[in-house]
Amino acid sequence: MSTLPSHERVSPRDLSARPEHSPDSPLSIHALTVAYQRKPVLWDVEFEAPGARLIAIVGPNGAGKSTLIKACLGLVAPAAGRVEFWGGPYRRSRIRVGYVPQRESVDWDFPVSALDVAAMGRYALIGWCRPVSRAHKRAAMDALEYVGMGELSKRQISQLSGGQQQRVFLARALAQDADLYFMDEPFAGVDAATERAIIEVLRSLRAKGKTVICVHHDLQTVPEYFDDVMLLNMRVVASGPVGDVFTRENLVATYGGRLTLLDEASEALARAARGGG
Amino acid sequence: MSPQMETFISLDLPAMLAGTLAALACALLGNFLVLRRQAMMGDAISHAVLPGIVVGFLIAGSRSTWPIFLGAGVSALVTVMMISALRRVARVEAGAAMGVSFSIMFALGVLLIEQSTARGVDLDAGCVLYGQLEYINWYPPTDWGEFWSAGTLDLIPRQVVVLLGAVGVIALFVGVFFKELRITTFDPAHASAIGINSGLMGAVLMTLVAGATVAAFEAVGSILVIAMLITPPATARLLTDRYSTQILLSVGFAVVTGVLGYLVGAFLPSALGFEGMALNIAGTMTIVGVLMLIGAIFASPSHGVIARAVRRRRLARQIARDDILALLFRLEEIRPDHAMLDDQLREATGHTQARAALRELVSRGHVERTNKGLALRDSGRALARGVVRSHRLWESWLVDTLGLRADHVHQTAERLEHLRDAGRPIEPGEPGREFDPHDRPIPDRDDPETPRSGRE
Repeated sequence: MSTLPSHERVSPRDLSARPEHSPDSPLSIHALTVAYQRKPVLWDVEFEAPGARLIAIVGPNGAGKSTLIKACLGLVAPAAGRVEFWGGPYRRSRIRVGYVPQRESVDWDFPVSALDVAAMGRYALIGWCRPVSRAHKRAAMDALEYVGMGELSKRQISQLSGGQQQRVFLARALAQDADLYFMDEPFAGVDAATERAIIEVLRSLRAKGKTVICVHHDLQTVPEYFDDVMLLNMRVVASGPVGDVFTRENLVATYGGRLTLLDEASEALARAARGGG
Repeated sequence: MSPQMETFISLDLPAMLAGTLAALACALLGNFLVLRRQAMMGDAISHAVLPGIVVGFLIAGSRSTWPIFLGAGVSALVTVMMISALRRVARVEAGAAMGVSFSIMFALGVLLIEQSTARGVDLDAGCVLYGQLEYINWYPPTDWGEFWSAGTLDLIPRQVVVLLGAVGVIALFVGVFFKELRITTFDPAHASAIGINSGLMGAVLMTLVAGATVAAFEAVGSILVIAMLITPPATARLLTDRYSTQILLSVGFAVVTGVLGYLVGAFLPSALGFEGMALNIAGTMTIVGVLMLIGAIFASPSHGVIARAVRRRRLARQIARDDILALLFRLEEIRPDHAMLDDQLREATGHTQARAALRELVSRGHVERTNKGLALRDSGRALARGVVRSHRLWESWLVDTLGLRADHVHQTAERLEHLRDAGRPIEPGEPGREFDPHDRPIPDRDDPETPRSGRE
C-alpha cells in the first residue's frame, strides 16, 4: 500500500473520534473508498452535508470529484464504506435527490427538444411504462421558464448554445423538485449571463431549505458562491464552512505545487476578506 | 381468380411479407443502435449468432424455431463475454475487441456449415448468408370462408409466423418502454440515478437485437441484416429532430424497403425484358434501403447536402449584396458625381456571387443603371446605410471597448457587418460618437437624407 499517501500527513484526524451521522443530514458519507482496477480513486472519504447549504467540491483534475458524486448515486460501486441519505440508503430517497451530470456526458445531437429533456426530470415521479402526462409536461415547462428557457422549449437541443444546454440540464433537475442536488461542474464553459442565472437558481434553492453540492473548478468564485467547501484530492483534505477551511494551507495540501491556481485563490480570499465576507 | 393473381398470392405475397417483417423488426431496434452510436454492435451480433444457428440446426436436425433461437442466444452470450474479457483482461480497445470476436464467431459458423454440408445435411452457406426469401410459399384455401380454420392457418409459412411474433414482441417493447428507452439512450447516468437501470435496458435491447437477427436471417441472410438494422433508422435520423417521428419514419422506410425491394427483385428484370433473370431479393432490398439513405443525405431539408449548399449560397449572396451596397454608398459619400460601372464594381468586391447579387439588387429596384453607371436608389440607400452604420459602429466598438488600434479593426468589422438579427444588421450598443475611428460619419439609422448626397 506504499502508493497511498500516509493518512496522518495530509489530514491528521483521530479515527476513533469520527462524528456520528445524524438522520436529519441530507447526505452522510462514511469511510467511502472507490477503486478503478487496483488504483484507488477515493480513499476513506468522510463527509456530512449540512441542510440548506451550497457546498462546493474542489480539487485538482483526477481528484475523484465526479467519482464521489457517482459513488453517492450508486453509479459506481464503492470498494468500501457507505453513503446515507437522510439516514437511509439511496434507493429509498431517489426521488428527493437530483443530479446534473457534466454537459459533455451526453450526445446533444439526440433528437429531443429542450422540453423533452426537462420532462426527464419527472420520470422518477411518473414511474415505469407510463406516458408523460400533461401535468408533468406543465411542470417541466415551468422549470424551463424558471431558468429563462421558456421561449426555446421546442428547440432541438443541438440548436442551443452551451449555456442554454446547461440551463436545460438545470431545468431537468428543478423539474424533479428534489431536496438535495448534485451538480457536476454546472458553471463549466457557460456564458456570464448563464452563470448569473445558475447562481440565482442555487440561492433560491437554498432559500427553500434545499442543499446543493457542486463540483466546482473556479477557485476565485468559491467564497462568493458557496457556504461550505470540501477540498478533495483522493481523500478529503478539509471540509466545512468556506471561511474556516478555504485557506492557503489547505489549498496547498490539495493542489500540491500548482501555484498559479493558488495565487488566483488567495487573491479571491483577500477580496472576500476586504468585502467583509 | 386469375392464374397470375394466384401465383402472386402463393409465391410473392408471403416472401414480400417475410422480407417486410424482417425489415420492420430490425429497423425498430436499429433506431436505438443508431442513437446510441452502437451500429457496430448490431453488425457484431448479426455475425456472431451464426455458429449458434448452425449448431442449433444440427442438434435439432431440422429448421424448427426453438433450437435455432437457443443456439443463437448462446452464441450471442459467448460473444458478449468474449468482448468484455478481451477488454478487461487483455486491455484491447472496444472496437477491436468487437471486431475480433465477431469475426472469430462468423468464421466458426462458416466452418460448421461446410462440415454439415459435407455430411449431407440440408443447410447451405448461401441461404444462411444471403437468405432464401424465394423459397417461402403459401397455398391459400380455394374457399376463403375457410381462412380461419386450423388446417389453413397451419399452412402459413413458419418464417412469416416467427417474424410476426418477433415484430410483435419488439413493437410491444418499444411501445411500453418508449420513455425509458429515450432516457437511457440519451443520458444513461441520469437514468440510472433516478432508478431506471440503463445497463439492464441495454442488455434487453441487445438480446432483442440478437433475436431479431435470428428471426430475420432466413429471410434476408445474416449479412444483410445489418443493412436492415441501420439504413431505415439512419434515413429517418436525417429527416427529423423528434424522437417519436424518428421511430415512425423508420417504420415507414422499413416497409418501403421490404415491399419495393421485393418488387424490384422479383419483377424488374422481366419488366426490362430480361426474361429468366433472377435477382437476389435480399440484395435488392438492401439497395433500395441504401438508395433511400442516399436520397435523404442529399434532399433532407435540415441536414441534407442540398439544403446546406443552398444556405451557404444564400449567405454568400447576402454578403455580396451588402458589399455592393456599401461600396456604392461610400462612393456617394466621397465622389457624389461619380458612378461606377458593372465591371469596376465586380472587381472591387471580388465575390464569385457579385454578378448574381447585382442582378438581384437591380431587379428589386435597390440599384439602377444610369447612363453614367450604377447608382443607389432610395430603398437601396436605406439598406446600404444600415450596413455602413453597422460597420462603423463595430469599428468604434472595437477601438473604444476592446482597445484595438484603429488600423486593425477594418477586417473584423467587414465580417461583423454581415450579421443579421431579424433581418436588421446587429449593432454593438450606442455609439457615443458621431465619427468612426477613421473620421468618417456614422450614418443615422433612419435618416432618409444621405449625408452629403448631392446626386439629384
